[in-house]
Amino acid sequence: MTTLPARTDRKLGLVIDLDTCVGCHACVISCKGWNTENYGVPLSDMDAWGEAPEGSFLNRVHSFEVTRDDAPPMIVHFPKSCLHCDNAPCVTVCPTGASYKRSEDGIVLVNESACIGCGLCAWACPYGAREMDGAEKVMKKCTLCVDRIYNQTLPEEDREPACVRTCPAGARHFGDLGDPESTVSQLVTARGGFDLMPEQGTQPVNKYLPPRGRDTLATPDLASLCTPATETATGFLGWLDRALERI
Amino acid sequence: MQSRQPALDLSPQVSDEVRKTTCYMCACRCGINVHMKGGKVAYIEGNRDHPVNRGVLCAKGSAGIMQHLSPARLRAPLKRVGPRGSGEFQEITWEEALQTATDWMRPLRETAPEKLAFFTGRDQSQSFTGWWAQAFGTPNWAAHGGFCSVNMAAAGIYTIGGSFWEFGQPDWNRTKLFLLFGVAEDHDSNPIKMGLGKLKARGARVIGINPIRSGYNAIADDWVGITPGTDGLFILSLVHELLRAGKIDLGYLIRYTNAPYLVNAADGPEKGLFLRDTDAKPLVRDRHTGQAVAWDTPGIAPDLAHGVEIDGVTHLPVFRHLSDRYLAPDYAPEATAPRCGIPAARIRAIAAEIARVAFEEEITLDQPWTDFRGVRHETMTGRPVAMHAMRGISAHSNGFQTCRALHLLQILIGSVETPGGFRFKPPYPKPPEAHPRPHAGHSPGQPLDGPHLGYPLGPEHLLIQEDNTPKRIDKAFSWEAPLSAHGLMHMVISNAHAGDPYKIDTLFLYMANMAWNSSMNTSRVMEMLTDQNPDGSYRIPHIIYSDAYSSEMVAFADLVLPDTTYLERHDCISLLDRPICEPEALADSIRWPVVQPDRDVRPFQSVLLDLGARLGLPGMIRDDGTPKFRDYADYITSHERRPGIGPLAGFRGADGTDAGRGAPNPDQIDRYIENGGFWTCHIPTEAQFFKPWNAAYQDWAVARGLYDSPQPYLFNLYSEPLRKFQLAAEGHGHRQPPDHLRARLLQSMDPLPIWYPNFTDAETDPAEYPLHALTQRPMAHYHSWGSQNAWLRQIHGHTPLYVSGEIWKQQQFAPGDWAILTSPHGRITLPVVRMDALNPHTVWTWNAIAKRRGAWALDPHAPEATQSALLNHLIHELMPPRGDGLRWANSDPVTGQAAWYDLRVKIGKAPAGQSVSYPDHSAQRSPVPSPARDLAHQTKP
Repeated sequence: MTTLPARTDRKLGLVIDLDTCVGCHACVISCKGWNTENYGVPLSDMDAWGEAPEGSFLNRVHSFEVTRDDAPPMIVHFPKSCLHCDNAPCVTVCPTGASYKRSEDGIVLVNESACIGCGLCAWACPYGAREMDGAEKVMKKCTLCVDRIYNQTLPEEDREPACVRTCPAGARHFGDLGDPESTVSQLVTARGGFDLMPEQGTQPVNKYLPPRGRDTLATPDLASLCTPATETATGFLGWLDRALERI
Repeated sequence: MQSRQPALDLSPQVSDEVRKTTCYMCACRCGINVHMKGGKVAYIEGNRDHPVNRGVLCAKGSAGIMQHLSPARLRAPLKRVGPRGSGEFQEITWEEALQTATDWMRPLRETAPEKLAFFTGRDQSQSFTGWWAQAFGTPNWAAHGGFCSVNMAAAGIYTIGGSFWEFGQPDWNRTKLFLLFGVAEDHDSNPIKMGLGKLKARGARVIGINPIRSGYNAIADDWVGITPGTDGLFILSLVHELLRAGKIDLGYLIRYTNAPYLVNAADGPEKGLFLRDTDAKPLVRDRHTGQAVAWDTPGIAPDLAHGVEIDGVTHLPVFRHLSDRYLAPDYAPEATAPRCGIPAARIRAIAAEIARVAFEEEITLDQPWTDFRGVRHETMTGRPVAMHAMRGISAHSNGFQTCRALHLLQILIGSVETPGGFRFKPPYPKPPEAHPRPHAGHSPGQPLDGPHLGYPLGPEHLLIQEDNTPKRIDKAFSWEAPLSAHGLMHMVISNAHAGDPYKIDTLFLYMANMAWNSSMNTSRVMEMLTDQNPDGSYRIPHIIYSDAYSSEMVAFADLVLPDTTYLERHDCISLLDRPICEPEALADSIRWPVVQPDRDVRPFQSVLLDLGARLGLPGMIRDDGTPKFRDYADYITSHERRPGIGPLAGFRGADGTDAGRGAPNPDQIDRYIENGGFWTCHIPTEAQFFKPWNAAYQDWAVARGLYDSPQPYLFNLYSEPLRKFQLAAEGHGHRQPPDHLRARLLQSMDPLPIWYPNFTDAETDPAEYPLHALTQRPMAHYHSWGSQNAWLRQIHGHTPLYVSGEIWKQQQFAPGDWAILTSPHGRITLPVVRMDALNPHTVWTWNAIAKRRGAWALDPHAPEATQSALLNHLIHELMPPRGDGLRWANSDPVTGQAAWYDLRVKIGKAPAGQSVSYPDHSAQRSPVPSPARDLAHQTKP
């Protein structure tokens, strides 16, 4: 089937902060808008105003509830798109070479003109990150906005994926995860970024930052921080008088 | 196979032009870059230079292209040809439509202008529509604030001279502890997400107080799953703890609030008002002399602890009234915990954290400033605890006082308008005295005697007849809702149908889906709109509606004036309206037609000017009777509200260099377009905090036209206007409330914040209706617009009922089950889903996703119609009968705000086989054709 490059010069990818993502779907729709107009065929929407609309999206946000024995339940918003794996099973399974990983930056792409729509790559991806377009029957996936990040017609500050540019909470970061000095690599180190499903051996480039501890507020009550004003010898009024004298 | 990397075009041309305008996918008003290809809209992204969103954009904003291309867009003016509600229309010309509207309205203006009721929804041109209605002469105009968040706005204005969102925001760059109360997923959109992102990046603590842990509350470090309607009690319990510990900012209270004011304790008509000198200046006790002196006497030390004795009566300062009340054991965490559903230890811990951050992590900026007393300060010190709140605390019948309680908490720790706390955005701060009073003086052929809405300072400002009959159709500013500063749109249809206080002839609505998700008691409202007199005429004789889309309300109109989409028209986001300023800058913006409509539709504001000219309304015609304004853009540029003050503050004056004040500039809109669609003007650094008391800010505000003279003021911990209504209820004064309202006024118009159980909780049998039911909008939708959008409806396309694990087990629900939810007013049936991150006694669903079949160009089998229902069907605008012969409003008794969130329900499992939601209204015929089934949109240049 299709071979992967032995190594890539860079490992471009996303770092997604699960502590900060509010689950607003801004990234989902920004991605839809950009990639409908740009790389490859438009992202279609079948039965768009009907009973069971089904469109192609390269990025989706899932929400999970986490119940805990000793603390209140949590909701975690989990944006998911192609993780641009170093050991990408979607590439090696491709019978035509349509799926490939770029040697210069590690981005995994589908060459739509070579795609026969067999769907093997979607089966091979353990993350469910590829979607067959309902109208054109070619495989669609995150391009890491390859037509933005090098685009000389865009201002330099806009040369980042559409999802990163639009994220209102700043929960998405883009950079070279192969460079330990890069901002994204530093962020991964500082925040304990992790691989999604490492047991699959896919070696994903994208990383997730875990939610920080929740419901940890354990400040001692006021009585232990100070002598309450009401419990002084002269009561609240006495405290107030003394406090006013100091102003 | 060796992969052969194809050659890619890595630098495709994104568009051939970028047009910068303002989003309208919700009320946030972000700046957008609209990328054009071949004259068509190709792609929308955030404008990096824009003060509101700094380049980011939410899901709604990016989906604007699907709104712009929606198959639900109306195509031409419509005349009803079938029965009301059926959706049977005939397309007509604009000339016929405008002539019809003029023929209906002209006789009203000439004989009884109040018989036109003109109400607008979430539009952003209220200073314009209100001006039009004032010229017409009807007292019956308002926008949607009465069912949205007037409690928040009014409580804020009366207490601190501003509120949240467009009034002010947290100091996102400095705050170290942030408390978020009752914010659903939608308000506001990008700024709050950007702010939370900043807090998260700094590791500042976020505490979310909300019965539902979704959206913003999902990322809160600490979640307080409070019982709905008890926020005020929780807040006052925090106040109790802070007072008890003495963790309050006494210096701030003395300098910037009415805490030292002496309250008259002598029985009589002045009891509870401030003691005043002969110049009407409130008095305080000077600690140096023990004498009562004018509050602003130089060199005094105002007392908070002791009062003065006059004629054997001791008059105490406000602060003593306050501390006596909140130190009472009723507000101790142990007492409030059961009702609030929060353990006492947790309330104490949150109070302690507020105290710790406020007083141990204070922020001092090396920024000298001078206060309004002329005292120079070398630094600015703030207490970095910020708060934000929205409809969750305000849409209750105790919401006004709850919002007051929240401001009390902010003030006590000295965190309003100080670094790290809450900051006003110009033109706020603006105390109630600086706002207008409401007006309803009308006479045939004449304009109204003043602006419709305002802030009453006592019963003398109510809009009532001698016999207490309300002057307005919505009964705003009557004894039932004295401080209804935004009007009561949710009461218009039921009052007009009942002819109470009088009958109207023409109901004129804009962008308000009153036959569906913007009314309480939706099914009954639909009946009211179609109800007929014995002679077959409609109870509400004429209904004119303007909307861009085939909404549910369209089907109930006799005449439909089709509006454009937001990319096809001019608008101004005006300082006279709901501004978009920042704490450090004045700002306003425009929309402009980045594309021309391809249908026979017209921008509503231009249509309104056309109607105004046809009716000969003052200000809309020249001396020779010809129209004064070419269109809305002409109005935006040339209208002056006061000399030099117009809808847009930027690029004024002949050469476009004046800021705020200046002569009209004919090129003003072009200058806005050149500047990216907006204008900003920065506040000098010495004026950026302590704005109500900062001389530099006050002077700057006068120069920019925000005030005509400096307006320094003190925060109203104790609200004298509220006390005046209590005095009336006690029998003092000329204007007397009806007897049945006296007790309620005495309770609700307390001059210090209070908490009382909301009316539904107080009057509903908790055994029969044990659960609270809430509705919230998702972040990806904005009321009914969002769920017809081809992209957004795939994110949220139906309304499951979310129930806690406790309810799930109790009812033995299983996946795929449906629930019947019943209130004293009605029932709905919905698919049920378990969610544990939820107050255990609360159920909820999404708001405004449910659709009537046939509306919005959706397939009649769309899940929005078959798997969805509005909670509105369970909520009545009136309380159930009490047996006293009266029907009490389901509203806040101070402002009249619709008490959506007071709802109580019971739940049961629907019979097996349920597959369609209830209620299942008959389909309306669509005035627009069915769209193609599939969509694969790519703009070809």
